Amino acid sequence: MKGKVIKVDVLCRVEGEGALLIKISDDGKVDAKFRIYEPPRFFEAFLRGRSYAEVPDITARICGICPVAYQMSSVHAIEKAFGVKVDGQLRELRRLLYCGEWIESHVLHAFFLHLPDFLGLDDAFAVARDHRQVVEEVLRVKKTGNDIVRILGGREIHPINVKVGGFYRAPSKADLRPLVDQLKWARDSAVKAVPLLAGLPYPDFESDYEFVALRHPDEYPFSEGRLVSNKGLDISIDEYEQHFAEEHVAHSTALHGVHIGKGMYFVGPLARFNLNADLLTKTAREAAKTAGLKPGCCNPFKSILARQVETVYACEEAIRIIEQYEPPERSYVDVTPRESMGCGCTEAPRGILYHRYRFDSAGLVTDAKITPPTAQNQPTIEDDLRRYVTPRIDMPLDELTWQCEQAIRNYDPCISCSTHFLKVRIERTH
Amino acid sequence: MAHPVKPKLAVWKFASCDGCQLSILDCENELMAVAGAVEIANFAEATKAVVKGPYDISLVEGSITTEHDAERIHKIRRVSKYLITIGACATAGGIQALRNFVDVKDYVRAVYASPQYIETLTKSTPIRDHVFVDFQLRGCPISKYQLLEVISALLNNRKPVTPPHSVCMQCKAAGTVCVMVAQGQPCLGPVTQAGCDALCPSYCRGCYGCFGPKETPNTAALTEAWKALGATDSELVRAYRGFNAYAEAFRRESEAHER
Repeated sequence: MKGKVIKVDVLCRVEGEGALLIKISDDGKVDAKFRIYEPPRFFEAFLRGRSYAEVPDITARICGICPVAYQMSSVHAIEKAFGVKVDGQLRELRRLLYCGEWIESHVLHAFFLHLPDFLGLDDAFAVARDHRQVVEEVLRVKKTGNDIVRILGGREIHPINVKVGGFYRAPSKADLRPLVDQLKWARDSAVKAVPLLAGLPYPDFESDYEFVALRHPDEYPFSEGRLVSNKGLDISIDEYEQHFAEEHVAHSTALHGVHIGKGMYFVGPLARFNLNADLLTKTAREAAKTAGLKPGCCNPFKSILARQVETVYACEEAIRIIEQYEPPERSYVDVTPRESMGCGCTEAPRGILYHRYRFDSAGLVTDAKITPPTAQNQPTIEDDLRRYVTPRIDMPLDELTWQCEQAIRNYDPCISCSTHFLKVRIERTH
Repeated sequence: MAHPVKPKLAVWKFASCDGCQLSILDCENELMAVAGAVEIANFAEATKAVVKGPYDISLVEGSITTEHDAERIHKIRRVSKYLITIGACATAGGIQALRNFVDVKDYVRAVYASPQYIETLTKSTPIRDHVFVDFQLRGCPISKYQLLEVISALLNNRKPVTPPHSVCMQCKAAGTVCVMVAQGQPCLGPVTQAGCDALCPSYCRGCYGCFGPKETPNTAALTEAWKALGATDSELVRAYRGFNAYAEAFRRESEAHER
């Protein structure tokens, strides 16, 4: 057998800049590297000395695709540190904001970034040539998610209305009401698209993953609950750092997330679905059934189905919140800074996002730690690549390269997010 | 009249959060029209297809923070007829320009276990410091309406209209009551360029400067007004050291309060 190299210098249809390098040696050994070459931006460093009140605005800028996730993980961590509980309608509004982000992010990934792979097309514009109506509908669903974030958060990217303790301004009933019809339409459209996605060709590829996600007793998780896995993990968010660490891996010097004593793990929509499917709404459960998606699914290519099921759920949850909404008396609860430490973990569209901060008595950050979902998935992504390539070494190189890219996109990797951890060295092979 | 050849649009990324280029995909109502008016020739976030340059319009997101990127931007300039920078990173160095005020080695040590592996420049700088820029679009993030305005202006051979006046003008136009005068909330609106439709004051909070300094900003006068509301020097430093910290007017004002 002759050795070969699969190399993609600029991975497309991912958020941020990454590259792929797979080396197959003459004896068939496969070495896979999902490289991140996006420059580091040092968020944890420059957060030191900033006021707690600035943290949600600053951490949003880690990622333009999931700013709400950064805002939610940071406000929960800060409120934990200062001993404040945000409840009632303010808590509902936060869930509503997260629904908006899930919808826009999931739809963007499923239809714009991932679907073209399954159809062998370059992009969603090419999809639109044959399926113009599908793409137009999908854009309208995406817009519905963005409209929630815009109306409640102020704007789609880097919303300005999230505040430690609640919101700067609570919306009126009239602000939110027009969203209901739009959301009902979006839910129906998302349900209608399920058979299309279910009919895509899925590679026969599974693994015995450890799925990790939040689990709340009463609701599909956004920002609260316990961290659980299909392999017996059941811990509070406070215990995260006793169970998960970042390892400095020699080959890429990237910090990779590991479950201490167990190894790699899998976060994101498929993990959430596998661990929380019983908490979905009836329509979302039916959508999963139509999709042929059952809890315990171990095929990462089917993440696109889990994303679609969650889009249906997020539409329905948003409708529920808006229909029961009564404006709170105050748009936030008061917080008093104190010397403290607090952590928060919420379900970003791509999986759990952990934040931990220490504050001095004036509420200035003395230490920050942020673990984004893509850093946690990176070892699993590389392992998938190794296992995917090994039995397919003899495929034409072009085809195999494309399928490897698709395998990475299963995880909707958000490289902008991970960058503040990941080391950046390009191995030049020519 | 039929366009014989569609202009080629390319999108390039440097150190950034991806949010400004995402604004293109967030133009849900206009996206298919834009895709019909231009040939999307290089846009890694959205498409696998890459059309060879030269490009009629290059949109550049992000700041320069590595040697490699400092070289790459020159290559992009050479293949671009119009080079437009989009967002606070590309026009002012972004939030990552906070390193410019400290020894970047301290930052590297704070974040990475093995600092020797990190290759980074000591400063995060805007694109304009490296190559000629035809037009700058401000904001963290940019306004998608301003982006559409720039693209359609270029397609029609006219100058884009993006007002250089302050956020205050947009508050007045919208009828938003001044949060600084009426509620005593510190606000950067008087020195910040418009473009966001005076968003923060309409949500009952002071502006925090996403669009960077307006033309001829009087930061010293605003500082006096902030001090009258009880702001300390360290609060002023932090206020000006946000997403446009390295923009000249904001940088100078923050440094004035540092000692």
